Amino acid sequence: MNNTHSRRDFLKSASALSGGLVIGFSWLGNKAFAAEVVDTAAIPHEFNAYLAISPDNTITIYSPNPEIGQGIKTAFPVIVAEELDVDFNKVNVVQANLSDKFDRQLTGGSGAIRHSWDRLRNAGATARELMKAAAAKKWNVAASTLTTKDGKVIGANGQSISYGELVEDAKKLTAPTDVKLRDQKDYKLIGGWHKGVDNANLLVGKPLYGIDYQKEGMFNAQIQRPPAFGLKLKSFDATEALKMPGIVEVVSFDNKVAIVGKTTWEIMQARKKVAIEWKKDEDLESTEDHDRIFKSHLDDPNSGDTMRSDGDVKKAFADAAKVIEADYQCPFLPHSPMEPMNFFAHVKADGTVEMAGPTQTPGRARSSVSKLLDIPEDKISIELTKMGGGFGRRLDDGYAIEAAHLSSIVKKPVKVTWTKEDDITGGYYRPAVRYRFKAALDKDGNMTAYHLKGVGLNTGNCTRQDNFPAGAVENVLVESVNYKSPITTGPWRAPITNFLAYAEQSFLDEVAQAAGKDPVAFRLSLFNKAITNPVGKITYEPDRFIAAIKMAAEKSNWGKKKGVSQGFSVYFSHNSYVAQVAEMKKIKGTPTLTKVYAVTDCGIVINQSGAQNQIYGAITDGLGHAMYGKLTFKAGEPEQKNYDSYRLIRMNEVPEVEAYFVDNGKSPTGLGEPALPPTGGAIANAIAAATGKRLYSQPFNLEDSKVESYL
Amino acid sequence: MAQINLKINGQSHQTDIDPNTPLLWYLREHAGLPGTKYGCGIAQCGACTVHMNGSPIRSCVMPISSLEGAEITTIEGLSENGDHPVQQAWDELDVPQCGYCQAGQMMTAAALLKENSKPSEEEIEATMTPHICRCGTYHRIKKAVKLAGEKMN
Repeated sequence: MNNTHSRRDFLKSASALSGGLVIGFSWLGNKAFAAEVVDTAAIPHEFNAYLAISPDNTITIYSPNPEIGQGIKTAFPVIVAEELDVDFNKVNVVQANLSDKFDRQLTGGSGAIRHSWDRLRNAGATARELMKAAAAKKWNVAASTLTTKDGKVIGANGQSISYGELVEDAKKLTAPTDVKLRDQKDYKLIGGWHKGVDNANLLVGKPLYGIDYQKEGMFNAQIQRPPAFGLKLKSFDATEALKMPGIVEVVSFDNKVAIVGKTTWEIMQARKKVAIEWKKDEDLESTEDHDRIFKSHLDDPNSGDTMRSDGDVKKAFADAAKVIEADYQCPFLPHSPMEPMNFFAHVKADGTVEMAGPTQTPGRARSSVSKLLDIPEDKISIELTKMGGGFGRRLDDGYAIEAAHLSSIVKKPVKVTWTKEDDITGGYYRPAVRYRFKAALDKDGNMTAYHLKGVGLNTGNCTRQDNFPAGAVENVLVESVNYKSPITTGPWRAPITNFLAYAEQSFLDEVAQAAGKDPVAFRLSLFNKAITNPVGKITYEPDRFIAAIKMAAEKSNWGKKKGVSQGFSVYFSHNSYVAQVAEMKKIKGTPTLTKVYAVTDCGIVINQSGAQNQIYGAITDGLGHAMYGKLTFKAGEPEQKNYDSYRLIRMNEVPEVEAYFVDNGKSPTGLGEPALPPTGGAIANAIAAATGKRLYSQPFNLEDSKVESYL
Repeated sequence: MAQINLKINGQSHQTDIDPNTPLLWYLREHAGLPGTKYGCGIAQCGACTVHMNGSPIRSCVMPISSLEGAEITTIEGLSENGDHPVQQAWDELDVPQCGYCQAGQMMTAAALLKENSKPSEEEIEATMTPHICRCGTYHRIKKAVKLAGEKMN
């Protein structure tokens, strides 16, 4: 803990909190302070990086990680408030900006809770114990005789004092170390139902998002980037555009042309008048080229890096009673969050940079801007705005860098906003991949060998070689090919596994069917094998898999429902286990997807409301993209550019979802991603159960247009 | 340029900007009402939905020149204190994830419930289906529309 705070720190936090406080200060501390009216009781004291308490009993909890819709801005403070022992409804939650006080200040990999679980609890508990110590001194009693409740320290005789009244005394004490954390059985907040802390502002339309960001003197900008992957800028003529109203400058950098002006509408009109010539720089690939590339690499036994090899796969296939083989393929996908990319940047004459916007990786954006402009990182500030979704798109720092680059050229504060078309055609896609699976069965229907080979376009390793069934099968070979394409790719919600899981879980169903076994029993027998007779490295816990599978089978009454076709899928990703059962029923003669059961083991659930919302959303997202998600290319140019041609799932297409959580008291893991990967498999397996037809490529509606009638 | 008179959330606005400017951009960049969101710009997602004389419209494709004399209501004007039954229901059921599409969703829901506070599930779906929620909060939106209707009865 740090008790020595500069005046600037005090004022910074104070101004962020209190609307009534009139304080003039410069973020970068270059101007003289001009404090006019300061209510000292409202000045919060930061007891550590995560929380501040002011004498007027305002409790502020800082949430450092970027909020993208995953609910971290609510879940983090719940954990701190639990240990601090305060009424969560009275806590003031503040989004912390990028600061070296925090580590892993990013949103990605469903890792925030897991990473910060101990830190957050300790932050709350340390301050709570400090309050007790201050009260003990004041009352001249032993701290061990004191308890806390709702922001008050309670004495043995029932006397109480609020944390606010203890701030001045507590400030002078040294923070305790090794504080005792609460027992799970005593949790009052963790595991409860907590509404989003932004609801009040969000539901009345307050400006919270990057696209809403305004700064005095700010200009708007849009950027024309190459329309096809493989093209680069040859020349441009902005004569006509510069005559248009509201247009200030048209400049080019980094193969782009930026139109800077006053308002978005004026810029949109002028943008159409900029004459740009592009020239070919790399191959202009089309979707047919990708199909050919996939097949040639999968058919070539010399292509591919070995990612995992157990036993003797060649011999096992030679000895097999039955061999099952199948290819699964998926297309590129844009993330297409509702709020398009945008960022504000002001590269100032004094050598400092002020930035604000929606980013999952503010630290990386700062370091990239520092390198590009040769400005030290401590001269660059980044304000974190709420994000209108991201799904991995905002792990890219390119759109933040380009705003800073543009500001450095035009020497003005600018906000660059992408149109939806810019966003969908702008790259950083979920890569297209094709997998080839092969499994061997012995005469008793036991799986004796498993061979997976994948080819991905800019995927790096497109497999997850240690994934189940590796560890449960004697002979395993996993190979990966990375084909370099001019089309740019990036992580998309549950990278790789967002498609791989569907392929694996569909293929396992095929194998179970070939072995004449029930899909659930088949999986359970393999997990039991991973316990009794493990093969090679095992990165999952078979026990937790089994528990989730059994609970899903129980909740869905697996295999016992009349007139219902069920599909099973179970997956481990981002340290969480999710088992799903999808159900189809005939309604007016048409097989219809009516329900998805989801059982999740993410350890302790922090916020029931947020956790359930993530499950509903991930299933909807997984279903929608499996059904319709498709980005195709013609000569390097994306053929879908907006929501008219890029189809997203809608309300009338979603099945009912029942979400359950395994209550095992284990440390919490992540929830932003893990429920998405199993969804495609559960649905494809239910469709196969209902219709007899297996689906081998996404989007499903391209392989079989009938599937649209199933929703 | 000719002056255009607009009435937004009960207040009069006069402007001489390009009459082709869509209402969305007038609201966001001229009227100081950024609660209405840009999603697609081609009336496909519903994020920009506002009321014109009580009916939901897509402000991203509605030029301000066509709105002379119309009563426009945005999310900022849906209620005085943020307590419209739709806003209450959205809060109670904790509908939002990223929240970006929700202003548009709520405006359409409010218009529906004004006409029919007891919509059937089919009516809710038919009305709300033109709206995209990329986070997939449809389950809770559907429940919240019902709950808001109950609050109005």
